[in-house]
Amino acid sequence: MSLLPPERIERVCGFGMASCADGYVVRPASVDELEEAVREAVRAHRKIVLRGAGRSYGDAAIGAERVVIECTRMNRILSWDPDAGLLEAEAGVTIEQMWRHCLPDGFWPPVVSGTMFPTLAGALAMNIHGKNSFAAGVLGEHAEWIDVWFPASGLQRLTPEDELFSEVIGSAGLLGTILRACIRMKRVPSGDLRVRPTLCGNWDEQFDAFRKFESDADYMVSWIDCFAKGRSFGRGLFHAAWYETDESAKRDSLQPAHQDLPSSILGVVPKSLVWHGLRALNNRSDMRLLNAAKHHSARLPGGKEYRQSLVAFSFLLDYVPNWRMAYAPHGFIQYQSFVPKLRAAEIFAQQIEMQQERKLEAFLGVLKRHRPDRFLFSHGVDGYSLALDLKITPHNRDRIFQLAHEMNDLVLSAGGRFYLAKDSTLRPQDFRASIGPQSLAKYRRLKDTLDPDHLLTSSLAQRLEID
Amino acid sequence: MRKAIVIGGSSGIGEALVRKLAERGWRVAAVARRIGPTSELKREFPDSVLPYQHDVRCYDEIPELFQLITRDLEGLDLFVYCAGVMPTVGPREYSFEKDREIAEVNFVGAMAWLDQAAIRFDGVGHGSIVAIGSVAGDRGRAAQPAYNAGKAGLATFMEALRNRLARKGVNVVTIKPGPVRTPMTEGLDLPGAMPVDKAADKSWRRSTRPASTISARYTG
Repeated sequence: MSLLPPERIERVCGFGMASCADGYVVRPASVDELEEAVREAVRAHRKIVLRGAGRSYGDAAIGAERVVIECTRMNRILSWDPDAGLLEAEAGVTIEQMWRHCLPDGFWPPVVSGTMFPTLAGALAMNIHGKNSFAAGVLGEHAEWIDVWFPASGLQRLTPEDELFSEVIGSAGLLGTILRACIRMKRVPSGDLRVRPTLCGNWDEQFDAFRKFESDADYMVSWIDCFAKGRSFGRGLFHAAWYETDESAKRDSLQPAHQDLPSSILGVVPKSLVWHGLRALNNRSDMRLLNAAKHHSARLPGGKEYRQSLVAFSFLLDYVPNWRMAYAPHGFIQYQSFVPKLRAAEIFAQQIEMQQERKLEAFLGVLKRHRPDRFLFSHGVDGYSLALDLKITPHNRDRIFQLAHEMNDLVLSAGGRFYLAKDSTLRPQDFRASIGPQSLAKYRRLKDTLDPDHLLTSSLAQRLEID
Repeated sequence: MRKAIVIGGSSGIGEALVRKLAERGWRVAAVARRIGPTSELKREFPDSVLPYQHDVRCYDEIPELFQLITRDLEGLDLFVYCAGVMPTVGPREYSFEKDREIAEVNFVGAMAWLDQAAIRFDGVGHGSIVAIGSVAGDRGRAAQPAYNAGKAGLATFMEALRNRLARKGVNVVTIKPGPVRTPMTEGLDLPGAMPVDKAADKSWRRSTRPASTISARYTG
């Protein structure tokens, strides 16, 4: 066994900070350096965890005592063709780099997460979705090709015609590492959206709003007040948005300067300090009040259609810098489950009831509409997802996981699915039941072929017994 | 599950500490020159104790062994240096051979291991480093010049580590027990000596506090 440089060891955490592990982090800047990092790991008898910007909430990009290969330094945009809308980029290029590069030419990433900081390779490995999931699906559907490095066979270019394409994308970096990709960017008429809010008084109104707008909206998302009970059970604020076609919006709105989020609130309070305030409110009773206040404030006059930049609408999570620190030091988990449309209302209502009974309400709940896709580890269903931010403390950790396991059972009983970028709580049997034994068997055959020494792993892979 | 390395885990305070940590659900690497006693601990706690044979004077093998152990443990939260010798020294005996053994086991080996622990904890920004010092290191006495000097050196080295690592969120704690009944002090007349289990308990309890040097007094 050879030695790894000891000073490479770092504490590596999931974005939710509830899962952390110490690993030997390498940040290669080229394919050669990546291959050297792999050889070094093999010589030291270590397995490898692939990591992008560390935006997966749970344990998908961490691994105790592993060599963690982080792709953030392979961050060049290789080419941009504004006629065809094709962007070729290295693994570590972020969603932010993508929109800044292409928006002046009238293009926007076809699928974005709630934050602009994930890397392209990370986003493809987890096959992210956004608020346009019901119309645009997952990011993998918008890739022209991907260059993947496999432990067994080295570099290979895959296109949608290759079966492997839909098996590697979404496999959480466990079959190979995506090094470059070509994305079909979305042509947009302006850099603004027309946003229409709808205040929903209960679950029925929530789903009515989604049904009403799903045929023509470009984006849909709804916030749920997980504390509300009785007649207000399921209340929240739904937003539908359309690309702004008004000519007056066009020219300036495509400039990155128009998109940049303000650095202060009302020009006074620096946003970099806001998380301290959030932290003070990060408890059950204050969050109950905040959720109620958010709901009632939407009743105020002026709750009509408005114009918002793509960045401000899309990247809610970036609006308050370091907001996750409000959950420090023990962090939070995001529990997101995907349920077919016929059972979604019933299952999500039961999930919230269970939380309320145990006084473990999520501080934030977000409802989205989805569609199925062809990827092996797909989380897409013809239905809805509910994402819940659950605060973790040393006292509630066991109860939160118990709650999550019971919620998993509910989701599975309705034929639902889960999303590995968010997951912290699945047990091996949950994952097997969600993707089905056939898909899992197929994955195991691929793993044995593409990564025969099972070099690629993660805490998530170990937990789900797919390492 | 939390993880610990105990250097000198085959007898005395080290052995008691391995046992205490294992009983409390820790995963513990017990490193010692003699594999017999640590294998015995492994039999007692098959799921928690990992025995490693090593002489702390084999300095060159320490970096690799440290990485091997942390890999096997799948992490590290607590590092404890307990290895120590105190050969009998006559009142007019000036034996460089004995003095060197004391210096190497009690101090030079400690630095070699503590450096590895320090590099790691500096990188990860959490964890505790504990060394078993001694009140014998507070002054030079006629009976044990090298032992006194070794423990003094260890305490000063630990103080320096503390000054480097405290700001990183790492606890660096020197425990200075008074007389403790261990195989090392067998045959010595030590009225009021602390039972070894008590010394281990104090060491463990203090390990997670961002404290400095603890004189673990025993009041019966």
